[in-house]
Amino acid sequence: MTIDTSSILVSIIGPELVLVIAALGLMVTDAFAKNKTDQRLLLWIGLAGILGSVAVAWSLWGTEPVYGFGGMVVADNFSTFFTMLFLVAGGLTLLMSENYVDTQGLAPGEYFALTLFATSGMVLMARSTDLIMLFLGLEVLSVSLYVLAGYMRHSDRSAEGALKYFLLGAFSTGFLLYGIALAYGVAGTTRLAEIGNLVAQKHMLKEPMLLAAMGLLLIGIGFKIAMVPFHMWAPDVYEGAPSPITAYMSVGVKAAAFAALLRVFSGSLAELHDHWREIFWIGSVLTMTIGNVAALLQNNIKRMLAYSSIAHAGYILIGVVAGGQMGTAAVLYYLLVYTLMTVGAFAVVIAIEKQDEQHLDIRDYAGIGSRHVSLGVAMAIFMFSLASIPPLSGFMGKFYIFSAAVKEGYIGLTLIGIFNSLISVYYYLRVTVLMFMKEPEGEPIAVRIQPALAAVLIIAVIFTIQMGLFPATYLQFAANSIKIFL
Amino acid sequence: MVFSQLISTIIFLPILGAIIIAICSREKPTLLRGIAFIVTLATFCISIGLFSGFVVGDGGFQFIEEAPWIPSLGITYKVGIDGISLFLVLLSTLLSVIAVAASWTDIKTRVKEFLICLLLLESGMIGVFVALDLFLFYVFWEVMLIPMYLLIGIWGNPARRIYAAIKFFIYTMFGSLLMLVAILVVYFYHGSQTGSYTFDLLSWYNLNLPLSMQIWLFLAFGIAFAIKVPMFPFHTWLPDAHTEAPTVGSVLLAAVLLKMGTYGFLRFNLPLFPEASVLFVPLLAGLALVGIIYGALVAMVQADVKRLVAFSSVSHLGFVVLGIFALNIEGMTGGLLQMLNHGFSTGALFLIVGMIYERRHTRMIADFGGLSSVMPIFATFFLIVALSSIGLPGLNGFVGEFLVLLGAFQAEPLWAVVAGLGVILAAVYMLWMYQRVMFGTVAKEENRHLKDLTLREAAILLVMVFFIIQFGVYPKPYLDRMQPSIKTVLQRVQERTAHLDADAGALGLMNQVLFVKRSAVVTVPHPPAALTQGRQRP
Repeated sequence: MTIDTSSILVSIIGPELVLVIAALGLMVTDAFAKNKTDQRLLLWIGLAGILGSVAVAWSLWGTEPVYGFGGMVVADNFSTFFTMLFLVAGGLTLLMSENYVDTQGLAPGEYFALTLFATSGMVLMARSTDLIMLFLGLEVLSVSLYVLAGYMRHSDRSAEGALKYFLLGAFSTGFLLYGIALAYGVAGTTRLAEIGNLVAQKHMLKEPMLLAAMGLLLIGIGFKIAMVPFHMWAPDVYEGAPSPITAYMSVGVKAAAFAALLRVFSGSLAELHDHWREIFWIGSVLTMTIGNVAALLQNNIKRMLAYSSIAHAGYILIGVVAGGQMGTAAVLYYLLVYTLMTVGAFAVVIAIEKQDEQHLDIRDYAGIGSRHVSLGVAMAIFMFSLASIPPLSGFMGKFYIFSAAVKEGYIGLTLIGIFNSLISVYYYLRVTVLMFMKEPEGEPIAVRIQPALAAVLIIAVIFTIQMGLFPATYLQFAANSIKIFL
Repeated sequence: MVFSQLISTIIFLPILGAIIIAICSREKPTLLRGIAFIVTLATFCISIGLFSGFVVGDGGFQFIEEAPWIPSLGITYKVGIDGISLFLVLLSTLLSVIAVAASWTDIKTRVKEFLICLLLLESGMIGVFVALDLFLFYVFWEVMLIPMYLLIGIWGNPARRIYAAIKFFIYTMFGSLLMLVAILVVYFYHGSQTGSYTFDLLSWYNLNLPLSMQIWLFLAFGIAFAIKVPMFPFHTWLPDAHTEAPTVGSVLLAAVLLKMGTYGFLRFNLPLFPEASVLFVPLLAGLALVGIIYGALVAMVQADVKRLVAFSSVSHLGFVVLGIFALNIEGMTGGLLQMLNHGFSTGALFLIVGMIYERRHTRMIADFGGLSSVMPIFATFFLIVALSSIGLPGLNGFVGEFLVLLGAFQAEPLWAVVAGLGVILAAVYMLWMYQRVMFGTVAKEENRHLKDLTLREAAILLVMVFFIIQFGVYPKPYLDRMQPSIKTVLQRVQERTAHLDADAGALGLMNQVLFVKRSAVVTVPHPPAALTQGRQRP
């Protein structure tokens, strides 16, 4: 096998390169940082990396897909959409972390660097057109997050969560690798497009090895999106991890896994959709229902948001099941709105959280809405948006998903989704009830919001409202990003 | 004068007011109240322009405004009014002024947030009545939920306000989500039939949906509206929400929010699903009658005045639904008129209960007695309002109830008999309550020194009583504007169902549905199999 160097096209992975260079710069700066003021610099380096990456990624937004590294990596609108999503999530995570590492006494250098590494892994995942590259991206992402999840070394819960995440994650990666191996065994290639062509030409529907490969890939990816029954890790990991990382995992990792899922299933294995649609149909119903019902019972806000994020993965799966132009665009749009409202909700959690993971009980939120009105209103907006009340963006997202499902005739699935939204209303309302309608039992909690965190809150509030009231641009953006599947 | 954007002005003026109040300092509650009062008053004055500019005799939509919103999905910002929505809009704007005035001394905590909620609620209410795009309608319908939920949950009665607020929210949400699915189904059906994917209600009116689809869609829309009305057996959220809400919340809930359910039946269920509507007449009329009697009986045994008024709403709204589903011009006009009457009568009753609660901090009938000698002005207003609620000739309730009974009798004499029983029961519970509260000797020491109405309170009630009498004595200006629109709706229903076997009525239609193969109805878009069969029969 000869390697054609002209086909490498390094500029394709520009966004990843910028992120990695920034991360390395962060680590070097951290090594030489003497005092607190030097550490302030770290945040700016991280943000500069994100912004640089945004600029590079945006320059790749075009009409025709460009392939690099012998066709293993692609720059198309689909990947650019997801790259933007990861960078927004990553940037907001950095901003939220600034305050958090301070109050929790964490070392910021590696923390920020690992966040950037994780982001580069996500970007690579969304760009890969080859199963090996997909695996590579997933591992870069996962290894960084295994460390970040256990970053609060002195907390038992953080250690427990990290170990659980690592063991189960490694296990699921094994499944993914087996799936890739079997797919290679059948098709003789790991390129997604070639596998897709082969499946389309040879009518390999009866090929047991291919179906086994599909199943194993599904488990591997299903683990990362926390699809029931592969969700067991999520609540513990989300509860134990530092709060900004929890937010990042529940939006970034999920979106990256959905990007991979769309590439593999809606793209490459589209011919097999009769087989995987039913699996995702069941997965979607279970994921929504179990996520929502479990969220009803939580008193820890991070656990509640963890289960709610599981439920939201279920709604997004409805879009995957429905498929087609509308369903796929709905998945992308939903991920976008979900990212902003969830990050916003976590920003409020971080504002209220104190050292040693205090004030994570939902009952600690009593009366905050009347004493810190802006914070309360922001949280109410995120909660109502998550509960899909118009005109907030969460409603538009669900509306689009349900429209796609009704269009494709999945009325039953839509009704199940609707009843699930109704269940979810209760636990989201509970937060607003406590914040606005109850008085605190003990000493009122003092809340101090640093500028970086305030910026996150403002951005999240503005976009949660704006994407709901004027969704046309974003819907167009999503629709332009999925042309490769049509 | 931006005459062409009259409706948008009245929708967005309260939102603007809310933003102004949000900016102002919370240290000056009187200033905030003043701003809210001026904004609501200005909104009401502008909305009078709708009344004066309304072309009498035109049954279609007027003042239509249209602007693209989400073009890729065919969603537009389209608003307009006809004779049905005109008065409901006016009712909303008027009662918002009343609400601000009535809350002047009642609400003392978090005045700023309270007024913001109130103004947002007003925008939502107006929006629901003027939206001519189903998506827009749904957005307003849901938007309204949040301020009302907060009104009940924050400023309600401390004991059970949270329970009531959540119950109200989840109940309503359940219905509206079903409606959302139904809206989407019609949207895609319309798109597949005509090729244009739009949420425009006026385009949807030209749609001939197959009967088998209509039945499901009617139920999905119907449950959403029945919960809002509320019709028996979906009424259980209402007594809690009403009792626990602050006075103003109860007033707006009773006077405006409940009307959205009955308005929905008139605006969406009848014209969009005419055959199904005819099919479901026995069910809906039956439930309405149960509601009339049941509401009245339960109201009779209440010890709490506010709860009594709440249950009387169940009974009164039963009349409205009965009138609408009598499916003749008298019944439907009566139903619509009764919607407004109920807004004034019950709104005023809740105001009265609120005024007395502010003085005595109790609403139990047993705690009162003999108030008429202590508070003569109050007693006069109370009596007029109570009599209007009963339906005394010369007051508003009579005109509406009479027309409803007339329509019901034409449709099915038995209905009128049962509903007539409801009128008698209304007299029983209302007068009995009035007697126990107002007449007799002053038994309790605390009641001996109650202050009579202040000027502000008297002015509020005077406005309500003015309309109560005006509707009762001279309803013509209202009826003239309502009837053409109602005729349009009725004609649409009759044209679509004319080919059904007239003699067989609902029962015949039911048979046709049962004996038509399900699959045939589903797959053949139009003309639907069930209807062609009906046509061949004679």
